[in-house]
Amino acid sequence: MADALKDKIADVFDEPACGTNVSKSEQQRKKGCAKPLTPGAAAGGCAFDGAKIVLQPIVDVAHLVHAPLACEGNGWDNRGAASSGSERYRTGFTTDMSELDIVMGHGERKLFRAIREVIEAEAPPAVFVYATCVPALIGDDIDAVCRAATEKFGTPCIPVNAPGFVGSKNLGNKLAGEAMLDHVIGTLEPETLTPYDINIVGDYNLSGELWQVKPLLDKLGIRILGSLAADARYKQVAYMHRAKVTMMVCSKALINVARKLEERHGVPWFEGSFYGISDTSASLREMCRILVEQGADAELLDRCEALIADEEAAVWARLEGFRARVEGRRVLLYTGGHKSWSVVAALQELGMEVIGTSVRKATEEDKARVTEIMGDDKHMFDNMAPKDMYRLLKDAGADVLMSGGRSQFVALKARMPWVDVNQEKHEPYAGYMGMVDLLRAIDRAVNNPMWEELRAPAPWETPLTETRTLPPLSGECPVTGIAGTGRAVSLVPPLPPSGAALAAPVEVAGFTSSTTDFEDC
Amino acid sequence: MAKLTHPKRALSTMPLKSSAPLGAALAYLGIDRAIPLFHGSQGCTAFAMVHLVRHFKEAVPLQTTAMNEVSTILGGADQIEEAIENLRKKSAPEFIGIASTALTETRGEDVPGDLRLILQRREDFADTKVVYASTPDFDGALQDGWAKAVEAIVSDLVPRVTERDVDLRQVTLLAGAHLTPGDIDELTRLIRSFGLEPLVLPDISGSLDGHVSDDWSGATQGGTPVARIPEAARSAFTLAIGESMRKAAQIIEDRAMVPYRVFQSVTGLKPVDALVRTLMALSGVADPPPSVKRDRARLVDAALDAHFHTGGVRVALGADPDLLFSLSTALTSMGAEIVAAVTTSQHSPLFDRMPCDEVVLGDLGDLRRGAEAGAAQILLTHSHGRHLSEALHLPLMRVGFPIFDRIGAQDVCRVGYRGSRAFLYEFANIMQAQHHRATPEDFGAAPIPEEFDHVPHIARH
Repeated sequence: MADALKDKIADVFDEPACGTNVSKSEQQRKKGCAKPLTPGAAAGGCAFDGAKIVLQPIVDVAHLVHAPLACEGNGWDNRGAASSGSERYRTGFTTDMSELDIVMGHGERKLFRAIREVIEAEAPPAVFVYATCVPALIGDDIDAVCRAATEKFGTPCIPVNAPGFVGSKNLGNKLAGEAMLDHVIGTLEPETLTPYDINIVGDYNLSGELWQVKPLLDKLGIRILGSLAADARYKQVAYMHRAKVTMMVCSKALINVARKLEERHGVPWFEGSFYGISDTSASLREMCRILVEQGADAELLDRCEALIADEEAAVWARLEGFRARVEGRRVLLYTGGHKSWSVVAALQELGMEVIGTSVRKATEEDKARVTEIMGDDKHMFDNMAPKDMYRLLKDAGADVLMSGGRSQFVALKARMPWVDVNQEKHEPYAGYMGMVDLLRAIDRAVNNPMWEELRAPAPWETPLTETRTLPPLSGECPVTGIAGTGRAVSLVPPLPPSGAALAAPVEVAGFTSSTTDFEDC
Repeated sequence: MAKLTHPKRALSTMPLKSSAPLGAALAYLGIDRAIPLFHGSQGCTAFAMVHLVRHFKEAVPLQTTAMNEVSTILGGADQIEEAIENLRKKSAPEFIGIASTALTETRGEDVPGDLRLILQRREDFADTKVVYASTPDFDGALQDGWAKAVEAIVSDLVPRVTERDVDLRQVTLLAGAHLTPGDIDELTRLIRSFGLEPLVLPDISGSLDGHVSDDWSGATQGGTPVARIPEAARSAFTLAIGESMRKAAQIIEDRAMVPYRVFQSVTGLKPVDALVRTLMALSGVADPPPSVKRDRARLVDAALDAHFHTGGVRVALGADPDLLFSLSTALTSMGAEIVAAVTTSQHSPLFDRMPCDEVVLGDLGDLRRGAEAGAAQILLTHSHGRHLSEALHLPLMRVGFPIFDRIGAQDVCRVGYRGSRAFLYEFANIMQAQHHRATPEDFGAAPIPEEFDHVPHIARH
């Protein structure tokens, strides 16, 4: 590993804005916060994956992956971050290093040529060049290639140095943030500035979630100037130093960016979420408060309160429509971070019972909130092994699982409704209107008549009481019950009422946590 | 549940219905070495034949009594006799199925009487079975004509018996008009897997399955052998697929005491379970073969994967009653909603059971209005629905008859565990292909300021 990269990693691990880090002793802090991965029991992405995830949503940039085919070929176009502009970010660009490139050390030359070709073909505002394990191993100097290419072609070529083996996805997130701080942020100046300019960091605009929130900002006259989030343009990354406040949507991923923006450019930041009603309101309040502190007119606060009151009343009125359809349903939440509790409150408000929630990647405050909302901590768990989850769902311990894609099939194979609340989901659930969409999705999942049919026993699971007896005359259809003109047929014993398997839901005691994190959120 | 409504208007726009004689011809085509014969003017036959050829992409033997002005006024008995004679000379069919048309029905011909006299007089016709069904174009739709033809066949060819002489391994499968050759293949496979031998009537899976044979024939090649039809009297049971097959099953019961059961649908988990349960009881097989169990498990998994794309989807569906029933119940069992249902014939007791509020006896114009009013997301009807599909910008899943702008319509299978699985996949994939990419405007958000967008420059190098 290059020394520069080593230093960078040490730097991002020592994060003063991270509560966990601050509470450590000096000696512990030096060790960094990378947990060693357990061979045979690891899941989740690598550092390259993490870097790509946070930067890929910058829509007009050409994201060029310097790697053999696996890194980009197996991973491109797999997330639903939406763009309102360029679709370039969805195009997979890779150097597709061959055996010969590696053995002969042609990696750098091939990368340089690839940069030239992508600039000629696409004329992007910038090329982000991602290092991966193989070029890092053979010593390709992507920084030097990027420098030369920038000089030669006049298009900024930004090295993103986060090869997979250096660590976790989370580390990759931060290294990507560092690349932006080092090479992009502050390199361009916006044409106009207003006291209502903000930065959004770490929102992935999945299926347009950011746009569910943007109308609220539009109404308040708040402009998203800088962005290191989905639907961002390259220029918006470069403008981030000029915003009045940064909203950190996913604190764990890019906290270093927010902190350094404050240190270097005096942009204060706060952590917020647009999941759930109370969180959305709290985020808007905090955003407006800081804007006013930074010089915006104080009347913004009144407008903000009025907007929140209107929107909350409207959303609750719409949510009430679902109450009858979801009341009493038992939800198992398997997600992470602030989502552990931010939707729980709304679901409970509508009469749903949250029987358990994972607290993976959640902070101590998050956990405290869970305990506060759920009454005690016995419904809280870190991870759950797939086989335990299958057992729980199979035994009808819940009516619906809300989680990410990896536990999807645990639920489905247990014939249990499932709602995607993680990154691969196809529907947006953010802001006030997103809660309505979420409830609609829950309604559609749990009330699909299919479940009853699927849980009914197969025809051969009920013994034949009569065998090989000629049936009496007549013809009633066993499904529709439409009778014939003759006498009823008693040939086939009726199937037991479907849904019988659901008769007695099991009681859920405390949850046991597994050491393996198989959901990747 | 649904009420049948008849729109009060004179104009029919974009017909949904195919005529009853065409249905009868199609049923007759399911008999081996057969020729359907329309008793009417030659245009009746020509239109029907073109319709059939466009759907099956096969040469279809279909003949006409070629009524002219004089024979229409004086009576068509001679035309019928001449037609039979000529067909026998030319193609030596074993079976001629006659279907009346609006023309001869309006005149009021006594075809059964005429035919009886002809067949008594012409002993040389003895080696050709001639069956007649009254199928005026002005009453009912394709499925009614089909049903009447099947009723005519069993009335004439299944013997009356006073004592049961049962073949316990044989079951009669009365195939409804909504079944494709592929559907029939799947049902016979399923029946055989329980050690039972199906006697399929009519069996278009032999004649209209799209195969190249070694010989050219002016009659059908494949289908139910004429000689086997009387054996339906020996079957242990009659399985009638489609409510419209009830009467034919009842005729067999009346004549030969063969009990029956009507399966209104064999698409979807529950209906197929019911069929399998019946086959288990008939065969005494309490533990079905692994392939059947496997196919059920795979249908369950298909339903799990598909339900994300069926749940809450608003469907507009136009088809004959039997098909309308089987597809709409299969879709609503998967959480879809039928916002518009249009059908072709009032002769069905199924409307009470349709999983929607209203079924319109109408045309594709009604389907269009219903689809618009109900904000449908997908159309299911025959190929003429493409006009609606273009006008409403909605995807069209082709179901029923005719399907003339796709090949392989005869292979489409939507029954049994396997066909149901294919149906769910097809539907879900059409819905997935309609994926809408979100924009800020969808949510009422202002667009991103243009000044943030990159203005490409010519690269310097």
